[in-house]
Amino acid sequence: MVNLQQVSKSFGKLEVLKGLNATFEEGKITAVVGPNASGKTTLMKSILGLVLADDGQIQIDGETAFHNPLSRSKIGYMPQKAQFPDNLKPIELLNWVQDLRDEKSPRLHALIDYFQLTPHLDKPLRVLSGGTRQKVSAVLTFLFDPPVLILDEPSAGLDPVASSRLKDKILEEKRRGKVIILTSHVMSELEELADEVLFLLEGKIVFKGSLDEIRKRTGEPRLERAIAKFMEGRGL
Amino acid sequence: MILSHNQASLQSTKKRRSTVKSALKVMKYGFFDLLRSRWIIIYTLFYLVVTSGLLYFGGDANQAVLSTLNLVLLVVPLISLVLGLSYFYYTRDFIELILTQPIGRSSVFLGHFAGLALPLVAAFLLGSGLPFLLAGVRQGADWRVIASLMVAGTLVSLIFSALAFWIGLVNEERVKALGLALAVWLGLTMIYDGLLLLFSILMQAYPIERSLIILSLFNPIDLSRILVLLQLDTAALMGYTGAVFQRFFGSYLGILISLGSLILWTALPIYFGLRSFKKKNF
Amino acid sequence: MKRLLGLILVTVTAWSWGQNTLEVCSTCTFTSLKEAIAIAQPYDKILVKGGSFAEGNIVVDKPLTLEGIDNPILDGKGEVEILTITADNVTIRGFTLQNAGISHTADQAAIKTLEVEKCLIENNTLLDNFFAIYLGKTSHCQVLNNIVRAHATAEAFSGNAVHLWDCADILVKDNFLTGQRDGVYLEFVKDSLIENNISEKNLRYGLHFMYSNNNIFRNNQFLANGAGVAVMYSKNIEMTQNHFEENWGSAIYGLLLKEINDSVLYNNIFHDNSVGIYVDGANRTDISFNDFSHNGYALRILSSSMGVTIDHNNFYGNSFDVTTNANRSYNAFFENYWESYQGYDLDHNGFGDVPYRPVRLFALTVENYPQTMILMRSPLEQFMDYAERILPIFTPKAIEDDRPLMRRVVW
Repeated sequence: MVNLQQVSKSFGKLEVLKGLNATFEEGKITAVVGPNASGKTTLMKSILGLVLADDGQIQIDGETAFHNPLSRSKIGYMPQKAQFPDNLKPIELLNWVQDLRDEKSPRLHALIDYFQLTPHLDKPLRVLSGGTRQKVSAVLTFLFDPPVLILDEPSAGLDPVASSRLKDKILEEKRRGKVIILTSHVMSELEELADEVLFLLEGKIVFKGSLDEIRKRTGEPRLERAIAKFMEGRGL
Repeated sequence: MILSHNQASLQSTKKRRSTVKSALKVMKYGFFDLLRSRWIIIYTLFYLVVTSGLLYFGGDANQAVLSTLNLVLLVVPLISLVLGLSYFYYTRDFIELILTQPIGRSSVFLGHFAGLALPLVAAFLLGSGLPFLLAGVRQGADWRVIASLMVAGTLVSLIFSALAFWIGLVNEERVKALGLALAVWLGLTMIYDGLLLLFSILMQAYPIERSLIILSLFNPIDLSRILVLLQLDTAALMGYTGAVFQRFFGSYLGILISLGSLILWTALPIYFGLRSFKKKNF
Repeated sequence: MKRLLGLILVTVTAWSWGQNTLEVCSTCTFTSLKEAIAIAQPYDKILVKGGSFAEGNIVVDKPLTLEGIDNPILDGKGEVEILTITADNVTIRGFTLQNAGISHTADQAAIKTLEVEKCLIENNTLLDNFFAIYLGKTSHCQVLNNIVRAHATAEAFSGNAVHLWDCADILVKDNFLTGQRDGVYLEFVKDSLIENNISEKNLRYGLHFMYSNNNIFRNNQFLANGAGVAVMYSKNIEMTQNHFEENWGSAIYGLLLKEINDSVLYNNIFHDNSVGIYVDGANRTDISFNDFSHNGYALRILSSSMGVTIDHNNFYGNSFDVTTNANRSYNAFFENYWESYQGYDLDHNGFGDVPYRPVRLFALTVENYPQTMILMRSPLEQFMDYAERILPIFTPKAIEDDRPLMRRVVW
């Protein structure tokens, strides 16, 4: 369980998160949505400890995330665009991360097979396409079977085959009782994956609830329109 | 649960050991990634060619030492700054990736810095040390001179790559950071000495040798230069105009103080870098 | 009785041949050198065969040849002057003279000549003496192939290796001189030749002279002496083929010229000195075909000099080639080779097409503000050099070589 209490964060004069309270539960996929610069990425990075919250508490299974590297062993993170050292090969990268964590993953080969990475394992990452690198990133995210998954635009740049495999994987992890937080611009993806939506506007949570609820409140049967309405501030 | 004192200290020792261990692992990746990159190879070859050329065409090993000293004072800081900054920005996203792993920030920073600094130092030592070892010794260069040159080059590489990291950490904008780095470089290599020159001219009526010595402690480039010069006969020239310089820098205490200042100069930017890194939002 | 017979025999033979040989050793007719000298007739030869003699001060007051065989030792025991020569035509050969006593009232030497004409001092070894060889008011004397070695630590307790005072027509040749105060010292000496000597690691100067005109210094080596070489107040000096090397430190010169007139310096090598030549008041003097390499300052010429010609010298590897405190130069620089010259020679006549100004801006700065020496070899110094190259307006104009050579001078 991921728990946020009164989480605030400012960058200089700009208040990005304004006292957020939220709970993300096991076996649920929560989509964080909101307009650009509404604080989505900051929220996710705060949970990861990449951004250090000014105020409030973030707890992962009861442990603080603030300057606590151990809390991150519980999180798998897939960034929007994975950046890797150019000269490493995927297999070296994966081995190196395992070495870094002092942890051998029994899932490694299954994941490599699943994301069809085998033919690319021995090429330097710099020559790989964006999609292939995204697959490497996906392997890395699921590698240590973490209880929390944070996925930032996970299917961006993936071909349809890989994309649907990834979605299957996410749903599978959900069934296995993971806490899953994701963002996506693709509405069909949200409809397919998300159990609930957390709507951020100017650093505040303006809505948290199921997809049906959002449709009901806006009176728009289509999710995209419903969300757009929210963004324009008409759903409140 | 209350831990006994012994258990607590055991845990803190364990934690420290794991910090070092993780740092080494972070470093290992940077080290090999950089070693395989074109830049570090070009950098090594550059030294190899220039130093061998100086030794081969210069004829005299001490003359080659002086020319290599110029490299150490001008090129090493510049390359360390520029390469340090580009490396910092180039690996910035990857640092994020490491930070999403269960590794403490100190380990990440120190390991990452070492992963840059050690290849830089290795490139310098290999590129300019090897020719001296192979040809310089035969040409009668004093081993103390070569050693001081290598020490100076190593410390200058460390100092300026640490400065680069620090500058990169506190500046999101690359262009601004690069401008700042160039300003630091110009400031420490030229402008600082220009001010010393001005100071000497304005204060010519006063015995300012002591002040000049103290002022030179604040500039790692000046310190490195003086450290190497003191191992050369050329040091006597400094004594020629007033024995104060030679007496201070020539004494063991003087060498100890200047070496100590250089090491402090290395430690401070690393410390400040680490401090900013711990507070940074990625 | 036997000894008396011997004496008679010697006297008789001396009478009959005019030159006799008196032998001195522990088992010889004479066991004392003093005694032998007392008995000897002018132009006799005294042969000392080994052994060690400490007979206090020995005065040679008649023309004699004193020759040592098997390295006899004459010991001053740190108290006295060993040999005092007051007669003309004396030869001292093959002795080891040691421990002439230190004195603050008299210049006690291992061998001293006083008001003597014609003498020969050769093949001796002189160890740890106050003064080693001292010629006073002496002429036509030769000092050849001696080794002088001492371990002086303070100038006050050490005299000179070869000390010439008020002498003329002296030849000092093939000597090795080390560890004394000055290697060769001349005062009021004229028409003399100092040749093929090695003078090294002496406490003060390798060569030091004053008020000594018409002398030649040729092919000597002055190495690592405490203060280098200083020559002062003299004219018509010829210094050729000498080596001035490794004289490093503050106020230490390869060669200091003070008030030297009408002299020539050819084919000398100045290598590894803090200052190659320091010219403080030289007139009508030629410095030509010399080699200046790896000195701190190759040539430092003060405004007190006039009519000095500096030509066909090689300057390379020096920290500063030339410095001066003069705003205008009354000396001529031409046709030298300057390693740092970066001009070109389009017409291929061997001379650079643009003049070379060897006094660098940084050198001038240090000259005027000595503390700026702390910036030596700094990037700023290089920047100043570079600025000069682009904007020659910065370069001090006091000294200019109109016809710099493109290649090293070979002689």
